[in-house]
Amino acid sequence: MKNEKGPELLDVRALTAKVAGVPILKGIDLPVRAGEIHAIMGPNGSGKSTFAKVLAGHPAYEVTGGTVRFQGHDLLTMEPEDRARAGIFLGFQYPVEIPGVSNSAFLRLAYNTVQGARGKDELDPLEFDDFIREKMKLLDIDPAFLDRSVNEGFSGGEKKRNEILQLAVLEPKLAILDETDSGLDIDALRVVAGGVNSMLKPDNAFVLVTHYQRLLNYIIPDYVHVMEGGRIIKTGGKELALELESRGYDWVVDEYRAGEQEKGYVGASAA
Amino acid sequence: MTTAVHPYVDALLTGTRDLPTSPHGWLNERRGLALERANALSVPTTRDEEWRFTDLTQLTRLQLRAPGAPAEIAPEAVLPYIVPEAGSRIVFVDGVFVPQLSSTASAVSGVRVAPLATALKTDAGRLEPHLARLAGFEQNVFVALNTAHLRDGAVVVISKGQICEKPVHILHIATQAGTAAYPRCVVIAEAGAECTVVEEYQAMSEDAYLTNAVTEIAVAARARVRHIKLQCENARAFHIASCAVVVAKDASYTSHTVSLGARLSRYDLSVALNGEGAFAQMDGLALISGRQLADTHTLIDHTQPNGRSAQLHKTIVGGAAHAVFNGKIFVRPGAQLTDSSQQSRNLLLSDKATVDTKPQLEIFADDVKCAHGATVGQLDAEQLFYLRSRGLTETVARNLLTYAFGASVIERIPVRSIVERLERAVMAQTGAAA
Repeated sequence: MKNEKGPELLDVRALTAKVAGVPILKGIDLPVRAGEIHAIMGPNGSGKSTFAKVLAGHPAYEVTGGTVRFQGHDLLTMEPEDRARAGIFLGFQYPVEIPGVSNSAFLRLAYNTVQGARGKDELDPLEFDDFIREKMKLLDIDPAFLDRSVNEGFSGGEKKRNEILQLAVLEPKLAILDETDSGLDIDALRVVAGGVNSMLKPDNAFVLVTHYQRLLNYIIPDYVHVMEGGRIIKTGGKELALELESRGYDWVVDEYRAGEQEKGYVGASAA
Repeated sequence: MTTAVHPYVDALLTGTRDLPTSPHGWLNERRGLALERANALSVPTTRDEEWRFTDLTQLTRLQLRAPGAPAEIAPEAVLPYIVPEAGSRIVFVDGVFVPQLSSTASAVSGVRVAPLATALKTDAGRLEPHLARLAGFEQNVFVALNTAHLRDGAVVVISKGQICEKPVHILHIATQAGTAAYPRCVVIAEAGAECTVVEEYQAMSEDAYLTNAVTEIAVAARARVRHIKLQCENARAFHIASCAVVVAKDASYTSHTVSLGARLSRYDLSVALNGEGAFAQMDGLALISGRQLADTHTLIDHTQPNGRSAQLHKTIVGGAAHAVFNGKIFVRPGAQLTDSSQQSRNLLLSDKATVDTKPQLEIFADDVKCAHGATVGQLDAEQLFYLRSRGLTETVARNLLTYAFGASVIERIPVRSIVERLERAVMAQTGAAA
């Protein structure tokens, strides 16, 4: 739901960033309030995934300007683990395989670390086992996942479900899901969407980075942002996603460029 | 009196010439031959191909004497090393058998765990073909030195067809700085017998010493021996060990070697697959940091048809440490249908850490399968970020990934309490290694 009077969770202003010396983000502004679902759409290479990784603190991405405040704190000075503990969650586009680390041990370690940081009780292995099996049932995940190494040998769909399982376990304030829908068949998509819908509460928020409108049939966004060239060039409601689906992105880009030229013309005449 | 050509070796031989003679002529003869070879051989230098990366200068600067009578050790002091699953335990302090710390009475008939002196009374006939014979001392000065000093040791004999379910624990504890000890282990598994032997080296001293160990293992037809070696010497110690194994027809030898300790360690493991259909699996893990050096040289000699060998050697190298691996595989003419694989996997945790790894395959049969591979890498940045994005600190994430790298070797060790002990040790040490 739109929550214009609600508390602001995330406030991104004029954010710029580069990777390997190449500027990717060129000035992003995005306010996210508790209770809201935002979708960020855009063509490949527009900077959507970079934006997601910058918010999570990926060390390969260098922030070159702007500010990001999360619940009033300066997010950009925080280490990735501190962001996670504060309530940021990134659902990876390509979840990483970690042979030799069991999924159950990893999930418990992550859960207890984050719980501890929030001043809540940790769970011993037996308690955690009950807790995690309950969550897995809700997400229709095979309990055999627990005994395998993290993401190792998982299919694309299994990896994405494992991300949603981590989301359910860590209960973040702000979940950024990077192309969570890609690689999912329709049944898996329904399960994932159902999980997200059941997790949305008045005090948390979701940012869905997606290339296709398909996911938004199941998770209804309050805002749809179009990203192109490292900027958000248009923001609308859920109907914008449908329009993008039928008309593509070109018209938005054209509209944006025309607007920029206009500004350039006004700027020139003022000078 | 003869003197050794090499003054350092000569000093180490002090006392060997006065060893009491054994009632067993063959043993006296072998000790004498070993002394002769020790006199003739030099301490290897980095100009020797087999010692290219392992410089023994530090060792030769050390003035070493023979250990005195071992200090008394309270049984409680040994508790951290107790293997609860073990059915018997034989403990040596500075190379000398200590009955008070040992528990060698076996509930199983046909399983004998004894110090050498006792074993020579009951099993001389079984020892004679193997003791001081499997481990060749012709060209190896350290084996020659050990053999020249041979007076004590651990002997494990499993009689024909006997299955020793509970592991046998051979524990060596070094307590005296500035000394050289010469542990010896002999394991004889007769036809169809089975056993698991844990050979462990620990220290209760902070200062430098030398452990020069030799192990000989004979696996008769259809027998199975599982051999776990844990090298946990102190950080200033020198550990130089050789293990020679012969595997007969349809028999199997599995080794799990974990090296955590010592300033400098060198392990020569040679396995001869001497019978048709013999099998060897050799897992190794060296986890080192600081200025440690861990050198593992292995040889698998396929001499008969249908043999199989599988080797996985891993190293985790932090600080300015240096790991060396040289894996020889011989496939002799006639050893057709040999199936052998060798993997060397190395993880560098710092810029100053180094690894030298070398597969060495010499194949003289034409219908064989021999796979080998070597990799050297660092912790994966994407894996680190993934773990940190779930709230784990960088240190915990690094430790977890480092442990995960070694886990495949540790988790295959067939004694649960050792797996758990190593998990804790590795998690603790990886913090230091980073």
